[in-house]
Amino acid sequence: MRSAFNEELLEIARKDERIFMVLADIGYGEIEPFAEAFPDRFYNCGVAEQNMTGVACGLAMEGKVSITYSIANFPTLRCLEQIRNDVCYHNQNVKIVIIGGGLAYGALGVSHHSTEDISIMRALPDMVVCCPADIKEARAATHAMIAHEGPFYYRCGYKQEPDVHAGVIDFQLGKAIQARDGADVTLIGTGTVTFRALQAAELLAAEGISARVVSMHTVKPIDREAIIAAAEETGGIVTVEEHTVCGGLGSAVAEVVAEAGLGIPFRMIGIPDTYVHIVGTHEWLLDYYGFSPEGIAATVREAL
Amino acid sequence: MDGEKLEQYRNLATRIRAHCLRMTHRGMSGHLGSMFSMADMLAVLYTSILKVDAKNPEWPDRDRFILSKGHGGAAVFAVLAEKGFFPMEWLDTYYLDDGKLSGHISHHVPGVEFSTGSLGHGLPVAVGMALAARKDDKHHRIFCMMSDGDCNEGSTWEALMFAAQHNLDNITVIVDYNRVQALGKMADVIEMEPFAPKLELFGWAVREIDGHDCEQVEDTLSELPFEPGKPSWVLARTVKCKGVSWLEDTVGSHYGCVNDEELARALAELGVS
Repeated sequence: MRSAFNEELLEIARKDERIFMVLADIGYGEIEPFAEAFPDRFYNCGVAEQNMTGVACGLAMEGKVSITYSIANFPTLRCLEQIRNDVCYHNQNVKIVIIGGGLAYGALGVSHHSTEDISIMRALPDMVVCCPADIKEARAATHAMIAHEGPFYYRCGYKQEPDVHAGVIDFQLGKAIQARDGADVTLIGTGTVTFRALQAAELLAAEGISARVVSMHTVKPIDREAIIAAAEETGGIVTVEEHTVCGGLGSAVAEVVAEAGLGIPFRMIGIPDTYVHIVGTHEWLLDYYGFSPEGIAATVREAL
Repeated sequence: MDGEKLEQYRNLATRIRAHCLRMTHRGMSGHLGSMFSMADMLAVLYTSILKVDAKNPEWPDRDRFILSKGHGGAAVFAVLAEKGFFPMEWLDTYYLDDGKLSGHISHHVPGVEFSTGSLGHGLPVAVGMALAARKDDKHHRIFCMMSDGDCNEGSTWEALMFAAQHNLDNITVIVDYNRVQALGKMADVIEMEPFAPKLELFGWAVREIDGHDCEQVEDTLSELPFEPGKPSWVLARTVKCKGVSWLEDTVGSHYGCVNDEELARALAELGVS
């Protein structure tokens, strides 16, 4: 997905001279084409994320569109106050891109697990929070991000993630995309883990449970209509996010359901309120924390 | 410098100080010392150095002025009001319910480029603005006024290394070097000395001046950049709360304001009725 993001960004930057990449010494093997094509719009700040974010904001205040880009928590938590006070409070065109959300960096350890980013970013006024589910969404989201005026958080996968959607997608910020229809329950996913929700829906179908699967690629602003439709039409919701259960997608969906007064079966599948210090690959850790198709299916059965 | 101009600076600096006394007294807010130490420099900047237009605060070719020490914002509000950026009556609402002016500087006020309040935020943003100006072949300049506390922040050092790396000679830092921080004298907290040589080693062109000597301030800021290809750093030695004799160079003046009796006494010292 990160390659798809970088390809799209390069294409957009060929036509849009406002685009600057402002980095903090991360991006090896991916950002070189941009750096070579636009040396006067590419700045590596060194390992200095606070300055990276401030410089990006200063450029944006002069009419540029700045992309900050790094892995996991480096461009978010390390420089959170710059994002809040500088970028968001001044409502500037800074696009914060992380590679490898959730447990993508698996065995590298807790420093490289981005597991609180969605809740923290969505708490900031004026911030859009976007977690593409597959490469099609990632390409479309890159264009949507640049077209959007204002701060934007983009959580990008770093592998060749499988497609969640068959065929062409209609990607609009704040508008969920249905990957599979169903009548008995809705699995709402965000980010690349949504593919596992789709696999779980297939397992459930084999036992006669018809599960709708929705990609909530934009966690903020969230698609209230899709959530209410899911509740009213399928009668139950299970959220799936590669992120702590505190304040992320599950919480955002629960807020809508509760405010709408819809008393339905509801479960949140996410990382429990803990640091993932056990060691393992991305896939293994996901299975461990209940994101295997079987694990998701079991949670759905329990909810119903 | 002719005496008339010097008098003009002094009068404006006095009015800034008087406004700050009344504003902080009315709001029972703090940071008087930080406002007073830079008042003379603000008078010179807004009279002779900064190319800004009160009638058109968004003028694209204006010089950018970022106050990184946002806690001293009332002094900038005062000089902006004096220069006609907004009605003088707004100063009366500082720090009050439904007021026009907040305790820390805010970009919601005409003439204010950037909101700060947490230290270490000004210089990185100034650097981004300087990069943009150079890319667009614009000739306006970027000024960043910082405090001693600002110089403690890691982000400031990240930014000053970056500015030197990229030869940003369109940026000028002015440090209001009063050497008193929130909890103590700089010498007892984080001693920056030898400061000027340190900055020179980091690739900046540095001048040390007396930040209360308006003539020296004007002369220094009229010679920018100090060296082509290098960012400029003015280490302006000042006295915390300069102008209120009993508060000068005191740690207490960082958070302090004056009571009714002190207000009258302080205004009398300034020669303001």
